[in-house]
Parts: sequence; C-alpha cells; structure tokens
Amino acid sequence: MHDVMYFLQQLINGLTVGSAYALIAIGYTMVYGIIGMINFAHGEIYMIGAYVSLIVITGLAVTSPAWIPLVLLVALICAIIVSSSMGWAVERIAYRPVRGQHRLIPLISAIGMSIFLQNYVHLAQGSRNIGFPLLIEGGISLGGGEDGTFQANLSYMQLTIFIVTLICMTGLSLFISRSKTGRACRAVSQDLKMSSLLGIDTNRIITATFVIGASLAAVAGLLLGMYYGSIDPLFGFIAGLKAFTAAVLGGIGSIPGAMLGGLVLGVAESFTSGYLSSEYKDVVSFGLLILILLFRPTGLLGKPEVEKI
Amino acid sequence: MLVLENIHTHYGKIEALHGVSVEIQKGEIVSLIGANGAGKTTLLMTVCGDPQASSGRVLFKGEDITHKPTAQIMRSGIAIVPEGRRVFPGLTVEENLHMGGFFTSKQEIRKSQDHVFELFPRLKERRNQRAGTMSGGEQQMLAIGRALMTKPEMIILDEPSLGLAPLIIKQIFEIISTLRDDGITVFLVEQNAKQALKLADRGYVLETGRIRLEDSGANLLANEDVQKAYLGG
Repeated sequence: MHDVMYFLQQLINGLTVGSAYALIAIGYTMVYGIIGMINFAHGEIYMIGAYVSLIVITGLAVTSPAWIPLVLLVALICAIIVSSSMGWAVERIAYRPVRGQHRLIPLISAIGMSIFLQNYVHLAQGSRNIGFPLLIEGGISLGGGEDGTFQANLSYMQLTIFIVTLICMTGLSLFISRSKTGRACRAVSQDLKMSSLLGIDTNRIITATFVIGASLAAVAGLLLGMYYGSIDPLFGFIAGLKAFTAAVLGGIGSIPGAMLGGLVLGVAESFTSGYLSSEYKDVVSFGLLILILLFRPTGLLGKPEVEKI
Repeated sequence: MLVLENIHTHYGKIEALHGVSVEIQKGEIVSLIGANGAGKTTLLMTVCGDPQASSGRVLFKGEDITHKPTAQIMRSGIAIVPEGRRVFPGLTVEENLHMGGFFTSKQEIRKSQDHVFELFPRLKERRNQRAGTMSGGEQQMLAIGRALMTKPEMIILDEPSLGLAPLIIKQIFEIISTLRDDGITVFLVEQNAKQALKLADRGYVLETGRIRLEDSGANLLANEDVQKAYLGG
C-alpha cells in the first residue's frame, strides 16, 4: 500500500509539472512548425507572465480583500495580455527583420532577446526571489496515511493546474482544427510560400502563432509560479529549456507531440526525484533530449507525412 | 489582361530573366515552352511577386503590380497551380479547397467548392482524405481546384502534367480547355510542348532567360526549330 501511494503521488506531481511544461512547449512547437526557428525568448515570456500575475495578485490583495477566483482570473487575463503583447513585439522587433536569412541569425537574435528580457526584469523587479502566495490551499487525500504509511494527496492547486491545462489544450485543439485562422496556421506551417500564393497574409498568421504561444506561456507562468511558491528573473530559463526538451521529445512542430512530450518529461522528472534524488532530475530530462536526438530525431509523434509523387 | 514589359529578374546576383516581354489577352490560352532552366518558373513567379522583378513592369488589368506583395497580387484575380502541385499534405481535400478561398466569404467558398466538385467528382469522393495520401493525378486536380476557389480571372499553371500518367495528362489538358470555355485566361508553362501548343491560342518559346519565338500555337507547332528543339522531331 505504501509503495502504491508513493507511486501515485509521484505520478500526480509529475503530471502537474508536465502539463505546465506542455503549455509552454506549445509555443516552441508552433513557432518552429511555422517558421522553423527556435524562439529561445519563449521561456522569458513565460517568466514575465508569472511576474505580471504576481504583481496583479499583490496589487489586488493590498487594495481590497477580493474574492480569490476573481483575483486569479484578473491576474490571468493581465498576464495573458502583457505576455502576448511581448510575444508580438519580440516577433516584430527581433525576428521579422531577419526572417529568411541564414538559420543562425534568427537564433542569435532570439538568444539576444532572451538575455535582454531577463536583464530587463532583473532591473525592474530586482534579482532576488519573490514569494508567490498560494491562493489555492487544501487538497484531497487519496488514501494511505494509516500507521505512518505514505499518504497521497491531490492538492487543489494541482487540480487547478490539470483543469486549466485541459481547458487550454481543448480550446487550442478546437481552434487549430476548426477555425479559419487555425486552418491557416496548419497550412502555413506545411507550406509557407504556397500559402502566400493563395493570397494569405502569412505575416499575420505568424504573428498569431506567437501570440497564441505567449498566451499559453502566461497561463503556465501563473500556474507554476504559484505552484512553486517563488519566482525570480531566471525562472523562465530552466523551464524554457525543459519545455523545449518536451517539444523535441514529442516531435517539434507537432502540437499533440508537445502535449505528450510535456507530460512524459514531467513524469520522468518526478519519478527521478521520487525514487533516485531530485539532483538527478535535470540530468534525466536533458539525457532524454540527447537520447531522442540520437535515436529518434523526429520525436515521439513527429512523423513526416509520406508524400507521393 | 497581363503584360510583362522588359522584365529582368535576379536570384541574388544571378540574372535569370534578361528582359522578357509577354502579353496575354483576356480569354486566351497562352503557352510558354522552354527547356529546363530556361527561366519559365521564374517568369511565372515574377508575375506573383516572388521574387520581384529587378527592372521592368508587370501590369495586370492595366494596374502595375510589379512591386506589390505576393498575397496582395494573388487577391487581385490571379491564381496559380505551382510546379509540383504543392497541396497541403496534412490538410484534407476540403480544407485545401477552403485555403484556396481563404479571403472570400463563407457562401462564396461553398459555391466555389460545389463548382470544383462538379468539375472533379473524384475530389468530392475524397473530400475528407488527407491530400498527402492521394495519387499524383488527384493532387493535381486538387491543386487546380484550389486555384479555382477564388474565381480567378487568370490562372497560371506551372507544369501541370509533370510526373503524371498519359491518361491523366489527357484529362488535365481537357480540364484546362474547359477553363477557357468558362472565360478564364490561362497562362500555361509546359515541358510537354506538343500538348501545350496544340491547346494554346498563342505561344512563347523561352531560351536561357530570353523570348526566342512568339507566334500562334499552330504556327509554333509547325515551326522547324521548335520541332527540332522541343518536339523531338
């Protein structure tokens, strides 16, 4: 019983972090799918999302003791607005002028943007850790706990992360499969030049992917910021690399791949922490990245379509 | 309808077209023939603004479109069936058609789609199939259908018979002649010079970036030089 509960707890922890990774990974994978570049500033967009939500939550808590779900909702909306504007601006300023150049040039521009945003937040918010209040307390016991055995818990915070992620993913899937813009996103990612030959303003579609990716990152920023309990300007760096790993793991360019990759990575990390030592969790994540690049570079779901001639 | 005046087009520093002039009247089928690397595709793509001409002018319906962005040109009544078909492999037949009519309204898309399905009943049967899993001939039909979704006044076809079986090539050429009957101006590029010239009202022969000959389709078919160079005679 002890082992089962312990296992269950690790699984829940892993899926929690994994679903947030998946949210961030979507941004990497969609941008890569459309213009073939890795947006290395994406982790910073996520970090800014976390900062904005913290600022809003703090502000609202100071001015009026408001109803918590409302506070969270306002924080979420503000984070989405700021992060998606950032995503839009980063694309306009740093990527569009160098689009179509050698692949390394946008990559360097992205790394530059990442450093700039990190340092901007350092300056504006200070470089120390800031505590992020846990507004969703309590949880459900899933069993165990008798005679000093391990008790598995599903906290309401974790439940919130699952539900919000599920809503975002469902919304995104519907948007991509049903809506006109979503269909255009897929078309542009399959053949950008042909899309413009059909009169589609590809720049607008590219901007849309940046905005969508940044919004989902902002959601993840609020959720994980609160889940971890503290944030700092480097908060987006490791998470960004993890989400990038998740995107590659699932198959870069594939949206279901990013979702799966995030979950797999989260669970792998959590089991490493739970059964080995938490020091090894990054080793396992990036080890996975190396393995997948060596043995299955297309990722778990990134199968290239068979084209007939 | 379409006038190209002394067009020069460069890829980087290399000049691919050295002053090409072409004129296409409304309702005509004009064929452009030429060997590999003569610049046929470059010429078509210059009309679409990708790449843009480095000098000379492209006029469509009297309007100068030389330096307009591609998306804007393609919204003004020109549609293209590009070399290699370039259907969206991961999208279904229906989704591909909808992309063709992207900037038109929902009702227009429905109407155009019915029209395309009438023209190609095969596409209707396969409407929910992914384009990448279809045969070459079916993909070519889809590419033509997709171009028709905007109700273009002029359609540009780049090597529509490339890599297809003879029976399907025949079908494709039949469809092209029905396009003219519908009042659509056709600008056709072909390596299959015999078929292309038979169908065409007029033709141009492009050689290494220059127009070598210009005449009616029938005259070009009878021309000795053309026969020797392009018709295997």
